[in-house]
Amino acid sequence: MRKLLIGLAGAALASTMTFAYAQDKKEVNIAVSIPAADHGWTGGVVYHAERAAKLLEAAHPGLKITIKTSPDGASQANALEDLTTQGIDALVTLPHNSDELTDPLRQVKEKGVFVTVVDRALSDPTIQDLYVAGNNPELGRVAGEYLKDTLKTGDVVVIRGLPIVIDEERQKGFDDAIAGSGIKVLDKQFGNWSRDDAFKIMQDYLTKFPKIDAVWCQDDDMAVGVLEAISQAKRTDIKMVIGGAGMKDMIKRVADGDAMTPINVLYPPSMIATAMELTVANFYDQVPVRGKYILDATLVTKDNAKEFYFPDSPF
Amino acid sequence: MTDTKTITDTRGFGRKLADLDKTAVAPFLALAALFVLGALVNPNFLSIDNLLNVLTRSSFIAIIAIGATFVISAGGLDLSVGSMAALVAGIMILFLNSGAIDGDMAMLATGIVVAIGVGALAGLLNGAVITIGKIEPFIVTLGTMAIFRSVTVWLADGGSIAMKSIAMRNMFRPVYTGVFLGLPIPVWVIIAAGLLGAFILYKTSFGRHVVAVGSNEDVAKYSGIHVNRVRAMTYIIQGICVAIAVVVYVPRLGAATTTTGMLWELQAITAVVIGGTALRGGVGRIWGTICGAFMLEIVGNIMVLSNIVSEYLIGAVQGTIIIIAMLVQRTLQKKK
Repeated sequence: MRKLLIGLAGAALASTMTFAYAQDKKEVNIAVSIPAADHGWTGGVVYHAERAAKLLEAAHPGLKITIKTSPDGASQANALEDLTTQGIDALVTLPHNSDELTDPLRQVKEKGVFVTVVDRALSDPTIQDLYVAGNNPELGRVAGEYLKDTLKTGDVVVIRGLPIVIDEERQKGFDDAIAGSGIKVLDKQFGNWSRDDAFKIMQDYLTKFPKIDAVWCQDDDMAVGVLEAISQAKRTDIKMVIGGAGMKDMIKRVADGDAMTPINVLYPPSMIATAMELTVANFYDQVPVRGKYILDATLVTKDNAKEFYFPDSPF
Repeated sequence: MTDTKTITDTRGFGRKLADLDKTAVAPFLALAALFVLGALVNPNFLSIDNLLNVLTRSSFIAIIAIGATFVISAGGLDLSVGSMAALVAGIMILFLNSGAIDGDMAMLATGIVVAIGVGALAGLLNGAVITIGKIEPFIVTLGTMAIFRSVTVWLADGGSIAMKSIAMRNMFRPVYTGVFLGLPIPVWVIIAAGLLGAFILYKTSFGRHVVAVGSNEDVAKYSGIHVNRVRAMTYIIQGICVAIAVVVYVPRLGAATTTTGMLWELQAITAVVIGGTALRGGVGRIWGTICGAFMLEIVGNIMVLSNIVSEYLIGAVQGTIIIIAMLVQRTLQKKK
């Protein structure tokens, strides 16, 4: 697997392309099919898709980008059919789930459309021309390594997301990173990537364990609930809460040097923009883009936090 | 609604009194059984802090379920309460952020009034469509559930709606975290809502009309009860209860997200049924409902406090405990 350090390619790539290809009148239709904004992260995906579409269309006068959001897998399959009948050159999609959407995407591919898949891998990877994703095992590993290096020894509680592949991969990365170290996981529970559920579980953890050194909750929405539960219980033993994904409020806390949230680990919804930029580059720039692009789970610290802060994003 | 003129209720009032102690006590016995289970699982379970945490957390569902007790006793159903809570919370926070009124205190007070107004309107919408349109409540509230949820997502731009003013946030937070006479404020809100709900349901003619409409709509109609008005009113009460729950919910995290109130409707209905109210209508038990809401939250709490159950199986164990609690209740009722 090729690993490219792309980080947040969005803004940087767009500005260079504006410069070089503003005169290109070649007509290209690109469809973007993504899940509807049903929680913070997917809300960020919608925001960044719209933002990238604006930048790209401004840079390429002949380019038309259609964005379609769907609330579930079945309606996304319908949306894919509708988009294809309109005649598209490329499709950028973040599928709801692999099993339901692999076949509909195969049909899109058979019509000769360039297919870019984002974040969730298909059951049959030969369909995709380009695959752009975050690195789930890495998100867990980076968080685990940080805890291992800063705390050396300590008791950690974990709040997981939902029992799906993404969550398993993150958990495994974390477990592998702390294996054999002085970091001990006291408990693991599912918080459904929800603030309210994370708040409840954290309250119960605080009741159950008299001493907790750190919390790993792999998602910033849940970190909000965790921090509130800790401050309400007025407990001072918890040294840090490690979230992930790069929600703007959390990035801001890191940038401000909040002691409870010293770092964040990126799993940016803006990866949709990376995918759109690369797909467009395939048509206008004749650069080779086919393959797999795995974004790093970048460690966000006080020093680089500004780079990843989008004040206007909903996430 | 405040008309307290007593109407002689000839239909089995004495009988209801006679079986009150059996059925009404059953949920509380099930609750006691859960306490024993909790204490066995983890001694910290019985600590005052833990019990107050759980009681406080159960306040949203308990308050919403008080409203649901009215709707269900009148033979209706409201699936939209979770989405409605998210919508009311979102609108309330957007109003608080607007800075329409000078002074944080005045702003907060108006915000609460706005929330209750939005809740009542949302309830009126449900009630009006159900009664005037003569459509099954299940379908109407399923529709409004989707509408309220999407509008919230749209207002939040797919993200979250957070209170901007830190000063106002700090002023509002004690509504969730504050303690008065040893009990957290949300618990007092449950008690107040319970007392008011019980008074309306048991002591007013409106309350008796609710139960009459739920047990037999035709008979109620021929006895001169304005069936549609009574049914619509129950949905408005439900809306107001949702708004009160929101007023307690918003200060906790200071934000409404697109997942706020997700599946609360199922929890509220479960609390009502565990509490002894019949899903087919005609019986309403306010205190049983509150007990049911508390039980639901306790089951979750016990699961996290225990070390026995794998995190993958928690849902299965929760489901089993709820079914067993209902079985215990039914057996108790039959014995007497």
